[in-house]
Amino acid sequence: MNMKKALLAAALLLPGMLLANPHEKQLANGMRVIVKEDRRAPTVVHMVWYRAGAMDEKDGTSGVAHVLEHMMFKGTKTVKAGEFNKIVAEAGGRDNAFTSLDYTAYFQIVPKAALPRMMALEADRMANLSFKPEDFASEIKVVMEERRMRTEDNPQSLVHEALGATAFKAHPYRRPIIGWMDDLENMTWQDALDWYRHWYAPNNAYLLVVGDVDHQKVFRDAERTYGRIKAKPLPARKPQNEPGQTGVKRVTVKAPAKLPYLSMAWKVPRLRDIDKDRESFALEVLAGVLDGTDSARLPRNLVRGQKVAQSAGAGYDGTVRGEALFMLVGQPAEGRTVAELETALRGELARIRDEGVKEEELTRIKTQIVASQVYKRDSMMAQAMEIGGFEAAGFSWRNHDKLLDRLRSVTPEEVQAVARKYFGAGSDDRLTVAVLDPLPLDQAKPRPDAKSGVATRH
Amino acid sequence: MRRILLAVLAMTVALAAEAGVKIQHWVAPSGARVYFVETHDLPILDIDVSFAAGGVYVPAGKTGLAGLTQGLLGAGAGDLDEEAISERESDIAARLGGSSDSDRASLTLRTLSYPKEREAALDLLRLVMTRPTFPEAVLAREKARTVAAIQEADTKPDAIAAKRFAAAIYPGHPYGLSATVESVGGITRDDLVAFHRDHYAAGRAAVSIIGDITRAEAEHIAQSLTESLPAGVPETPLPAVTLPKAETIKVAHPATQSHIHVGLPAVKRGDPDYFALLVGNYTLGGGGFVSRLMKEVREKRGYAYSVYSYFAPKRIEGPFEIGLQTRREQAADALKVASEVLAGFLKDGPTAAELAAAKKNLIDGFGLRIDSNAKLLGYLSTIGFFNLPLTYLDDFPARVAAVTAKDVREAFARHVKPEHLVTVIVAAD
Repeated sequence: MNMKKALLAAALLLPGMLLANPHEKQLANGMRVIVKEDRRAPTVVHMVWYRAGAMDEKDGTSGVAHVLEHMMFKGTKTVKAGEFNKIVAEAGGRDNAFTSLDYTAYFQIVPKAALPRMMALEADRMANLSFKPEDFASEIKVVMEERRMRTEDNPQSLVHEALGATAFKAHPYRRPIIGWMDDLENMTWQDALDWYRHWYAPNNAYLLVVGDVDHQKVFRDAERTYGRIKAKPLPARKPQNEPGQTGVKRVTVKAPAKLPYLSMAWKVPRLRDIDKDRESFALEVLAGVLDGTDSARLPRNLVRGQKVAQSAGAGYDGTVRGEALFMLVGQPAEGRTVAELETALRGELARIRDEGVKEEELTRIKTQIVASQVYKRDSMMAQAMEIGGFEAAGFSWRNHDKLLDRLRSVTPEEVQAVARKYFGAGSDDRLTVAVLDPLPLDQAKPRPDAKSGVATRH
Repeated sequence: MRRILLAVLAMTVALAAEAGVKIQHWVAPSGARVYFVETHDLPILDIDVSFAAGGVYVPAGKTGLAGLTQGLLGAGAGDLDEEAISERESDIAARLGGSSDSDRASLTLRTLSYPKEREAALDLLRLVMTRPTFPEAVLAREKARTVAAIQEADTKPDAIAAKRFAAAIYPGHPYGLSATVESVGGITRDDLVAFHRDHYAAGRAAVSIIGDITRAEAEHIAQSLTESLPAGVPETPLPAVTLPKAETIKVAHPATQSHIHVGLPAVKRGDPDYFALLVGNYTLGGGGFVSRLMKEVREKRGYAYSVYSYFAPKRIEGPFEIGLQTRREQAADALKVASEVLAGFLKDGPTAAELAAAKKNLIDGFGLRIDSNAKLLGYLSTIGFFNLPLTYLDDFPARVAAVTAKDVREAFARHVKPEHLVTVIVAAD
């Protein structure tokens, strides 16, 4: 479309400044500092990412990465429990944290004057966390409430939990991030502390600052704060590769709902080498052909055309530390069955496998990729998240533009080739299907709290 | 790609946040009110057109009509069918969006500001806003999807609680109504056509524009978007709200957690007490981890992951609400703590330290509320739709600073009266 020309024209303005932003420096203790100057508004996003997530947990303490994330707000040797939030709030900022399968990250969004204070506080809890057993006992209950809210009473979450636990038998992605309820009930103060001592180190973390800052000053402040923390040896990370799957797996979840829900996941390659792996880019474009805009195939053909789906979607994330899945999900339309929806979803893959995709579909996706990057400039948090997530999977922000270039170079032939290879004959051997079987409300009984029926300890 | 990003960077200059936001306002020849912020630091244009076309204006028995009308604007317009519309939108990477609540129906557009993309995107927005065709077949399909979504929502404890709460605090008022299988089933194409004709009028519209265009361009855009809208009917006063009697409603559900809502109709947009309520609510339950509700319910007792309170001002009295979810066996204990926190706050208001902390966050953090075009568009739309002063953003810090503890106590006493507080518990034992 015309947009490409317009963008190219704009691009000619000032070549040669590409490497001017972001900026990166590694501290002597191994911690990397990445700064992106964005002076549109006098605010700053300050984030520390730890390369320790749910996938690094052991059986019996599932959920501990996330529990520790909660405990990080419970005080250090010099900052009382709850004080961290209070200081951020009084600075006019807001703060929070999130845990994924791959990483745990902490952030504050503050007026720029407060940045040095945030760096001092965040560095303090990287090295000096000190939470009391009674605060652990209270907070673990909060986490169990969080699990009830996010998972126990959310049928689609239960389906995805069952899907992960079924698709993987060896790889740690089989465990839910929030943890099994029984593991939460049996978790101890010591479990959380051990997790902290093992993984919270400057050499297992990177700092991201996006906003109205001078990168040299941020580097100096980082030296004075994070730079004083000693590196420490990290536990060995075993690969825990999933053994080859030898046949389709199916699992059913019964829960109170009206509409069934279907989730299909094929094991496919993740991105390892940006220069060599073309398949990962082709899979991402394939997901974009199926879903992503209103004009994509699933909403167009299944929701609007055949009316077989109430909703339908596709997803693939190749920039992960662990195993990658290609997902198709949906709810059947009223009067249609899960089996019909599954057939229809498979039909869309088969059509691409047999007939390929149109050049105009790819052009549309590539246009979206370019525009998304421009739109993303409106949000400091979105820019920080993009860099953070990419780095978490083991890539450098320096290669992010290259990743986008590669995505835009994917051809219709490459999309058809991955459709043939990963969704053709024999591909069911790498497939897991999870289904929500809706239970009428009057047949569902209030469940005892844990599967075991054991009352909460602590 | 790399060069594109670079060009965007090179154009980056300070947003007006530090110097105050300059909102330009005029009335287009069409009669639409226009609110414009010019900013050239990104090659983006954002537009929001908000009509007095929310659920409150729907004829009796047709609940769901406002949402369906808004939702089907893109289902066919002029000579284009829904597939052509979605293709055109995707081809230029425009983001056409929309929403509908009890007061307003909004259409939003984000587009690149380069002339060709911008013109194509504006053509599309104008077309769906002014010449929707509401095809029968699409309406039938979307009615079926809406009915399925209603039936699904009626199994979810959070959705059930929200509906029951609205119905209980707004007895006999359109704010309390939710779409039902029957009400949606009875909606016809004629209803959509009539609702659009009467309510999607320039005289009922506020057009908000922010981005990489000039004032002259903004004037042209606002007029061309609204000049061919239907004449519509003038806005009429909304029915008055009758405050409910205090009561507790329990709804059976098999969920592991009880969903608890406590509240009442409380405050209109533009009410002089708004800033006192905003500052006070920060301490009560709006200030995240540092609020009293969070400290007492979550931090001290571990009763809930999420507990909060808020005021949601609307055209007429919008709700005040406290919400939390907790393991059903301890619902009574958690509700007791939340009720005591509210009672204590109503009696004594914030302490001097709490008041100072609240003001410090709201004033020093004000810049965070307007640090992107997307956030500013939200404020422009609210200012425009509710006819708030153009100086609303400039005045915000001073209005917050002026609030005293006495103001908070008195404002809460006027707007949150215990004899009208309704409690809804879903999944109650």
